[in-house]
Amino acid sequence: MKGIDKNDLLWMYRKMKTSRYFEQRMEKAYLEGKQPVFNIGAGPVPGEMHLSTGQEPAAAGMLVHLTKDDTVTATHRPHHQAIAKGVDLKKMTAEIFGKKTGLGKGKGGHMHLFDPDVKFSCGGIVGAGMPHAVGAALANKKMETDRVAVAFIGEGAANSGAFHESLNLAALWKLPFIVVVEDNAWGISVPKNKSTSVATNDIRARAYGIKGYLVKDNDPMEMYRVSREAVERARNGEGPSLIEIETYRFLGHFQGDPELYRDKAEVPKLREKDPIERLKKYILKEQEVTVMELEAIEKAVVNEVDTAFEFAIHSEFPEPEEALEDVFA
Amino acid sequence: MQTTQEKIKKLTGSKAMNLALRQEMERDPRVFIMGEDVGKYGGIFGSTTGLYEQFGAERVMDTPISETGFIGAAIGAAAEGLRPVAELMFVDFHGVVMDQIFNHMAKIHYMSGGHVKLPMVLLTAVGGGYSDAAQHSQTLYASFGHLPGMKVVAPTFPRDIKGMLAAAIRDDNPVVFMFHKTLQGLGWMDQLDASLGPVPEEAYTLPLNKAQVVREGRDVTIVGAQMMTVEALKAAKKLAERGIEAEVIDLRSIKPIDSETILKSLAKTHRLVVADEDYFSYGITAEIGALAASDGFRYLKAPVVRLATPDVPIPYSRVLEKFVIPDAKDIVNAVETLVTA
Repeated sequence: MKGIDKNDLLWMYRKMKTSRYFEQRMEKAYLEGKQPVFNIGAGPVPGEMHLSTGQEPAAAGMLVHLTKDDTVTATHRPHHQAIAKGVDLKKMTAEIFGKKTGLGKGKGGHMHLFDPDVKFSCGGIVGAGMPHAVGAALANKKMETDRVAVAFIGEGAANSGAFHESLNLAALWKLPFIVVVEDNAWGISVPKNKSTSVATNDIRARAYGIKGYLVKDNDPMEMYRVSREAVERARNGEGPSLIEIETYRFLGHFQGDPELYRDKAEVPKLREKDPIERLKKYILKEQEVTVMELEAIEKAVVNEVDTAFEFAIHSEFPEPEEALEDVFA
Repeated sequence: MQTTQEKIKKLTGSKAMNLALRQEMERDPRVFIMGEDVGKYGGIFGSTTGLYEQFGAERVMDTPISETGFIGAAIGAAAEGLRPVAELMFVDFHGVVMDQIFNHMAKIHYMSGGHVKLPMVLLTAVGGGYSDAAQHSQTLYASFGHLPGMKVVAPTFPRDIKGMLAAAIRDDNPVVFMFHKTLQGLGWMDQLDASLGPVPEEAYTLPLNKAQVVREGRDVTIVGAQMMTVEALKAAKKLAERGIEAEVIDLRSIKPIDSETILKSLAKTHRLVVADEDYFSYGITAEIGALAASDGFRYLKAPVVRLATPDVPIPYSRVLEKFVIPDAKDIVNAVETLVTA
C-alpha cells in the first residue's frame, strides 16, 4: 500500500490487542457470580454486556487517523471504539465495575461511557449517537477547525430514522462527518437480509449525494485505507462519507445470549479469519518489524489492561446518597 | 372470570403472556405480532417463544430497528381492522417513536369523532433492579398514563397478565401493556416467588380498569404496581409481625386508576402509602395522593406518604440503584412512622 506508515500499523495492532485482551478479562469478570446459574444482575459486573470481539478493525482502522480533538460517538458495544479513541482505560474499567473512580462515577455503566477529554461518548439507544456526531461536525465547521466527527453505528441502526435524517443533514450542510457502519451481520437475532432492503449500506450514500465505501471481509488494511481517504476528504471540506465494514461478531449479542438463531458453524469459521492475526501476518510480511517488537507490544498491552482491572477492582464504590448528585449542573 | 371446572397450571409471567398471545392468535386471524427479535428468538423476554414456529413469519414478524416505521404501521393496520400487537422491547426505547404514540395512536379515535378505531396493543418491558442503567431500567408508567386516549396496564401476577393481555387484544382501543422484567420468571434474572402463579389454561379476559386488593388489613393501605406490589406484600408480612395489618392494593391498571377500590380501602384504614418504581414527580404517587386529598380527605388520619424513585436517572452501580428504587424496607419504615405518628 502506498505511503503506509509502519507506526500506524503498530498502533492499530496495539489497540486491537488491547481491546481483545480487555474483553477477554471482561468476559471472565462478567461471569463471576453468574455461575452455575446465570443471573444478569449478579456478580461484580452486573447488567447487560455487549462485547466487540472480532470487530476491532472497524475501530482501529478508522481511529488511527483521528486525534483526541476529533469527536467520536459510539454504540452500545463500545469497548473497541473507546479503546482506540484513547479513553482512559482505568476510569473506563472502573465505570464498568460501578466504582466511584469510573468515568461517570458509577452512574453510567458499560453502555454509557463519556470521556470528554478525548471527545468520546456512547449510548444504549440504537442509532441515537449519529445526530450527535452531526452536531459535533457542525460545531467543528462553525468554529472553523479542521476537526472531524465520526459516528459508529451497527448495520441495524441504518434502518432507523436517525440514520437517514443525519445523513441528509450532514450532506446538506457539507459537514466533516463520517459514519462507520459496523455490519456484524446480526441485529441481535435478525440477520441483515431480513432487516435491510439493500445488500450493503454504501449504496445508500448515493441517495444523499455523499461518498460511500464498502470494506469487505473485516479487512483491517482496507479499513485503514478507506478511512484515511474519508478523513482527509472531511478535513479538506469535501463533505461527509459513509463507510460500511463487513465485520464479525464472534460472541452473542450480549453475554448470556443462547444464540439459537445462528448456525453453530458460523463462529468457528469467522474465528479462522481472526483480523488481529491477519494484521500481524501482514505487518511481519510487509514491514520491517520483528516478532520481538510485536511481543513487546503484547506485553505492554497485558500490563496496561491488568493495571486498569486492578485499579477498578480496588476502587471504592460510591456512597448510596451520591445517586442523587449530578442531575443538574 | 368464569370459575367452572377450570384447568389451572402454574405458569411464569412470561409463559402466561405467551399463552394469551397464542390463544388470541388461534381465536382471531386478525391478530398478528410485530417487533424486534419476536421471531426465532422468541422475544428477548420470552413472550413470543414458539409463536413463530406455530404461526409463521407472516403473523410473527421480525422488524428492523425502525420503531417509527413499524409502530406507525401497526396504527395503519389497526385502522384497517387488523389487531396488531407491536412489541418494543424496553419502555426506554419509546423515545424515538413517541410521535406515533401520543400524536397518532392516542388521538386518532378522538380526532375522527370516534369513526376510526385502533384495536392495537403496544407491549413493552419495564423495570430496573439488575444494573441495566439509565436507558434500560425505567418504569415509565406516568409518561404513558399522562396522555389521553390510551389504556395503560401493568399487571403483576401471571393470572392477571394472561387475562389482561387477552382483554387488551380484544379491546377496540389502543392499550399499552407493560410487563415487568423481574416478574417474567426468566431464568437469567432474580427468581421471585411472585413470578410464578396459578393460571387457568382456557382463554379468559379480565377487566383493564380494575385494581385488586391482594392483602386485606385494617391499619394502613399500601398501593403499588408490579414490583412495588411485591415489595408491599413483603413489607406487610414484616409489619404483621409487629401487629400492624396492612392492606395491599395492586393497581393493575395505570390508566385509568381504579379510584373506587382505593377510596374504599382508605375508608377502612385511614392511612395511605403509595409506592412507585417510576420517578417521583407527576407520577402515580402524586396522582393517588391527589385522589386521597380530593375525594378521600375525610377518611385520612395522617398525611399521605409517597415513596418513589427520586427524580434522578436510574444509576448503573448496584449500590446507587438500590438506593433510589423503593423496597420493602422503605415501605416498612414509612408505615411505622405513619402508624405511630
